[in-house]
Amino acid sequence: MKFSPFFTTNTSVSIVMLKVLLALVPGIIAYVWAFGSGIVVSLILASATALLAEAAVLQLRNRPVMPFLLDGSALVTAWLLALALPPIAPWWLVVVGTLIAIVIAKHLYGGLGQNPFNPAMVAYAALLISFPVIMTQWPVPLELTTIKLSFIEQWQYIFNHVLPSGVGFDAMSSATPLDYLKTQLKMHHTMEDIHQAKFFGMFAGKGAEIVASMYLLGGLYLLHQRIISWHIPVAFLTTLAVISGVFHWVNPAHFSAPLFHLLGGATMLCAFFIATDPVSGATTPKGKLIFAAGIAVLTWLIRTYGGYPDGVAFAVLLMNILVPLIDANTQPRVFGHSK
Amino acid sequence: MSFNLSDIFKFPGGVHPPEHKVESTTQPIRTLPLPKKLVLPLRQHIGHIPKILVQVGDHVLKGQLLAEAHGHVSAAVHASTSGKVTAIDEQVIPHPSGLPDLCITLEADGKDEWLKHAPLDYLNMERSELIRRIAESGIVGLGGATFPTHVKLRPDAKHPVSTLILNGAECEPYITCDDLLMRERADEIVHGAMIMQMLLGSTECLIGLEDNKPEAVVAMNAAVAKANFNAKVVVVPTLYPSGDSRRLIALLTGKESPAKGRTTEIGVQCFNVATAQSLYRFIAHGETIVSRIVTLTGNVAQPGNYDALLGTSVRDLLQAAGGIRDNTDDYVMGGPMMGFSLPSVDVPMTKAMNCVIASTPDLFPPPPMEMPCIRCVACADACPVNLQPQELYWYSKSSNLEKAQEYQLFDCIECGCCSYVCPSHIPLVQYYRYAKSETIAQERAKRSADLARIRNDERLARIEREKLERAKKHAERTAKSENSGDNNEKKAAIEAAMARAKEQKETITPQNVENVSANVAAEIAAVDAARVQAAEKPE
Repeated sequence: MKFSPFFTTNTSVSIVMLKVLLALVPGIIAYVWAFGSGIVVSLILASATALLAEAAVLQLRNRPVMPFLLDGSALVTAWLLALALPPIAPWWLVVVGTLIAIVIAKHLYGGLGQNPFNPAMVAYAALLISFPVIMTQWPVPLELTTIKLSFIEQWQYIFNHVLPSGVGFDAMSSATPLDYLKTQLKMHHTMEDIHQAKFFGMFAGKGAEIVASMYLLGGLYLLHQRIISWHIPVAFLTTLAVISGVFHWVNPAHFSAPLFHLLGGATMLCAFFIATDPVSGATTPKGKLIFAAGIAVLTWLIRTYGGYPDGVAFAVLLMNILVPLIDANTQPRVFGHSK
Repeated sequence: MSFNLSDIFKFPGGVHPPEHKVESTTQPIRTLPLPKKLVLPLRQHIGHIPKILVQVGDHVLKGQLLAEAHGHVSAAVHASTSGKVTAIDEQVIPHPSGLPDLCITLEADGKDEWLKHAPLDYLNMERSELIRRIAESGIVGLGGATFPTHVKLRPDAKHPVSTLILNGAECEPYITCDDLLMRERADEIVHGAMIMQMLLGSTECLIGLEDNKPEAVVAMNAAVAKANFNAKVVVVPTLYPSGDSRRLIALLTGKESPAKGRTTEIGVQCFNVATAQSLYRFIAHGETIVSRIVTLTGNVAQPGNYDALLGTSVRDLLQAAGGIRDNTDDYVMGGPMMGFSLPSVDVPMTKAMNCVIASTPDLFPPPPMEMPCIRCVACADACPVNLQPQELYWYSKSSNLEKAQEYQLFDCIECGCCSYVCPSHIPLVQYYRYAKSETIAQERAKRSADLARIRNDERLARIEREKLERAKKHAERTAKSENSGDNNEKKAAIEAAMARAKEQKETITPQNVENVSANVAAEIAAVDAARVQAAEKPE
């Protein structure tokens, strides 16, 4: 016996996740172009770990393995985490992070659709707290260095910590612009001086701003495909721009410009791929606006006053806590009801 | 097709399922050969079951009243052809439950002879009399809701109707019976609307059609012009479920009918186009409702629309549509979005049956595996009632029925939009149906428990009250007898009587106490002693 509706659209969780992965591709290409092929190693490592961990846990939980493995959600988590980690980090960092995301943040809460926190951000936060040094060593943009590791050399470095002879780690790593900015401001340098540093590009980090623009492009594709709604990206980016804009306008020597915030750090990744995670985010239209604006405010606060260079992960996790409250209090008016 | 967007409002959500309407619109409406047997369920409408007026063996004529409307909301059932009543019993009816219900079976005599009928002189008739006559016509909402039409035409002083809306949207995929009816019998529909307009005293008439029926729009516009009727044919964009009456009212007037009230509270009454046409046939020709147009489509040889007598079996209908083709595994009544699988192909056609789709596993494949909800809210975006289906699902699944009600579970119209778009293939509507029936069952159980408690409380109170009253009466009597002096005579008389009785009692030996065992004798003695004691004790 079948029930109405007797047919459905040709969509599925797998298709949704596949489109998210596809939307990340331009960003990944730009990443490779700007920082070398290290990120590809991280992506492969994270993907393999995620799929294996997902399969193992599903088996343990007596769930059908193949349908859930093919839903693509584990891959999305893996990719987002890999893109958030420094691509020159050792292999075990990626593996440990992915295991935290899949096993603890996702499956211990009940698996797909049940996790209250964004799994990739849980893993990122856990790694940042546990391994702060490794987590803040980022590669120098290729444009600024003569050292260009081949894919094999990247692989060897990540797995064996072996660099080609004559190459020092310091030559190929640096702090991120956000990190650098914070340190320099503490040393009472002015914004103008700080931006003279060689790894600053037009608006934000050299290379990184190109990657961010490509994430924006991927995000527009997701909007067009109706995988995400406009609410979260628009509210997040607007709030971040307004709040940073006001402070920058008041004191440009001490506060970064809005474009630095928008194209720097993980802003674009957060706007279209992380804050828009449907499972852990707000669902009502008004709720999405509040949720995203909250992430923006917290991100700006942590970036400006907090102890960590970027605040996206903590901001997202903190707002995840508020989701049930936000959803319950932003129910839209039902048709035919006065309120 | 162009439409003036400024005249059209919006409702939230909606989906664009594939229409599949072309298959059944290439041919004009066809009639069926007279079937040998017709089965007329008594419940073809919403409301009370009508009262049966015939007996097995009676010969009836086409259009003759078989069962009359009984109660405030009810509808009559008529013989759809002339013949003999061969049975009045329970048979399987086209209902999702598949349960049998009371039906009248007719054996056609082949003459198809009408009962003498004449047009109603409706212009010179009292309105209440006219409504009473319409109640005898058996007309119900033919869009599928089957609410008795005369009830909606009754004057309501509290909520006067200013706008009459005719629903010709027909938004469900596959169904085209209203489309064809509008193309071919637009004049009758418009005249029906004019009668409705007169009965309701409304000043405005809007006829709503989706823009996928250009031929019907032309026909309706021509009919309106020809009748010189002050009605407006409004073309709305094709968007399921624009044919839901409250959604159509919102599209045409911009007004939302109150969720807990009737549409008349915003001055609007809405009828299906086929209902208006039936009303016209009854008023202008005296014809009660004995047939309807049904779309037969899907895996049949000759899909199309058929004017069929009520009570014709679905098997006969499909035969007339050239028979079913190979691989047919199911028969869906209504459209694919809100219809249901028929329990059998031998059920009769009813007033609600606007469409039968012969389906195959290819046409309506079984849904893929249900995945967990990822809260993507595609369902909320599609919901035409602006509900939060993902929350309703969560609370329905966990049987948290109070919470589900808080999220307005009962506002759900079960249109299927949420299930249609769900990437996790969750049968959301099924969850809501379960939660609704469970809530109703629980409330019913609670109501009967409450009733039982009230009854018990009242019984205890009554016992207590009677006890008090008796005590009071007794006290009054004693006081009276003590106070009045001339009672002494009476008292003496009573005493004398009592002495006599006592004497008598002592002389009478109860039977069967002579030859008893010692034990029984002892028991008897004990009982006698107790009796004496009880008699001595004041009440």
